[in-house]
Amino acid sequence: MASVSDADLKQMTQEERVTALGMRTDQLTGRAMRIEFNPDEEERFEYPWAPAVDFNKRTELDVDEMTSTEVNTRIRELMAEGYGTIVIKNPRGKHSLGVGILTKLNLIFEGSLGYFGVGLIDGPNVTINGRVGWSCGENMLAGTIVVNKNAGSTFGAAIRGGDLVSKGSVGSRTGIDQKGGTILVGGNTGALTGFMMQRGRMVICGNAGKNLGDSMYDGTIYVGGEIQSLGVDAVPGELTDLDKAWLTRKLTQYGLMPEKGVDHFRKIVAGRQLWNYDNLEPSEKKIVL
Amino acid sequence: MCGIAGLIYKGKSSNVGSEMTAMLQALRHRGPDSTGFAVYGQGNPGEYVMRFVTAEQEEMASGYDMIEIVAGRLAEVEKRLAEHGVEVKDRQAATDYAHRFVISCDSDMESLARHIEDIEGVEIMSLGNGLELIKDLGDATVVSEQYGLESFKGTHGLGHTRMATESDVDIRSAHPYWAFPYNDVAVVHNGQITNYWLMRRQMERKGHRFMSNCDSELLAVYTADNLANGISLEDSLKSSIEEIDGVFTYLVATSDSLGMAKDTMAAKPLVLYESDDLIAMASEEVSIRAILPQEIETTDPYDEEVRVWQA
Repeated sequence: MASVSDADLKQMTQEERVTALGMRTDQLTGRAMRIEFNPDEEERFEYPWAPAVDFNKRTELDVDEMTSTEVNTRIRELMAEGYGTIVIKNPRGKHSLGVGILTKLNLIFEGSLGYFGVGLIDGPNVTINGRVGWSCGENMLAGTIVVNKNAGSTFGAAIRGGDLVSKGSVGSRTGIDQKGGTILVGGNTGALTGFMMQRGRMVICGNAGKNLGDSMYDGTIYVGGEIQSLGVDAVPGELTDLDKAWLTRKLTQYGLMPEKGVDHFRKIVAGRQLWNYDNLEPSEKKIVL
Repeated sequence: MCGIAGLIYKGKSSNVGSEMTAMLQALRHRGPDSTGFAVYGQGNPGEYVMRFVTAEQEEMASGYDMIEIVAGRLAEVEKRLAEHGVEVKDRQAATDYAHRFVISCDSDMESLARHIEDIEGVEIMSLGNGLELIKDLGDATVVSEQYGLESFKGTHGLGHTRMATESDVDIRSAHPYWAFPYNDVAVVHNGQITNYWLMRRQMERKGHRFMSNCDSELLAVYTADNLANGISLEDSLKSSIEEIDGVFTYLVATSDSLGMAKDTMAAKPLVLYESDDLIAMASEEVSIRAILPQEIETTDPYDEEVRVWQA
């Protein structure tokens, strides 16, 4: 697919321009997208085995002497007992805590997590009052993760839906292979952020390292600070009123709204010079996308 | 995978031996094959600590003759030290094959080190005024207890837990590497160096020696070469990012400083904690938490980042 020229853009309607600039490229489907784009929808999907948890039923769990497996098992036991708000004390950098939770839950970590924290989740609202190591929220499908400090590299790798937020700075390759959802970073991000991004949105309030959006297929990256360099096939897009409204809503929602507003943000999209999908059969396109 | 860790106190000493042990034990899952420490204490002026081995650990189990063989090698070390006019002030042995000599000498240290290592099966782990370099097979607790490291007090140190991927499970392939023949310089590394052989041949043509086929040793030799040519540690770390290909994060310690460098991709992890009097870093946060259980601020250094801290 060829890149879009300025002349072409001027001829388009706002809706067409949004699509052409990578804001949206196809019919949004699936649970995560429904939650993202229709928050008032009453009917929500739940797994048949999901325990009926009560958000007002709260408990605390000191995990200082527990292994990661024991912690995750205990979280599931507590959910089965109906606890809808679970506070984890003393995680102290343990790996893989809170992974694979597939239903609603308020999960609060009082401390920092190691690698692969709360990956593969589909629904819970997670607050981490600490830092996270590499690959926090990897492959998450829905829900929210709010990290109140810094995060390591590959933050939100292959995320498919939901909101993943770090209020501090994050490492390299943030949102690598992102396939949906939203990643918000209050501070800076490292090299190769958005590498091979395929869908979804990412907002970096601070600076971005070199090769931003390298080889991105689709999706949108907004950067409030300096960009060290753009990666292959990542190009500037037009920051529209729709973008600004969305940025304002999202950043305000998580307390990340800059004092000077969002007008200074730059938008990065795929140039699509690397795309080869037009040569694929429809069935192959389905597999690739 | 491998795990690396380091810490440095500003203007004070601490229980660096036990702290490094705790940090590396927390990284055991990253590499259980061998563990190594380079810790820095207050040396006596004019004295050097020489740590050396007379055999590999598995070699000791290869036959009844080994006790006699290593005794012969040790006697030859003593003989050659005497030939160089070296006074041995203290002798300790953690095992049948690992020795610690405190020596005093005025002769050329490189010439001395080369002469000692010319003995078959003998390798100098480290030679320095404040540096104690210990490495052996097993996890951090095993090695630390074996070598009595728990009581060691000093200003800084670094360490490594190794998962052998490209070379053997033996002491000579374990980290840290001493930057032969540069006193008091040690290196630990996590990653893969892809232009290892090219760089090694360059270094060998300059006369540097390699004791193993482990790519990490290159970083020690490279650092030593730069320091010998008057290049500062910080500049050496910066130039390594340009000259050395691959994915790596490595730490270098000198008698009074600790430095780190990350490659252009930032593909290997490092978590960093900085306070007014302590800087601690490790491949994983769980390692730092082993000595700092309270909630702290930590960061990930970015690609091409180089830092050096003074004790």
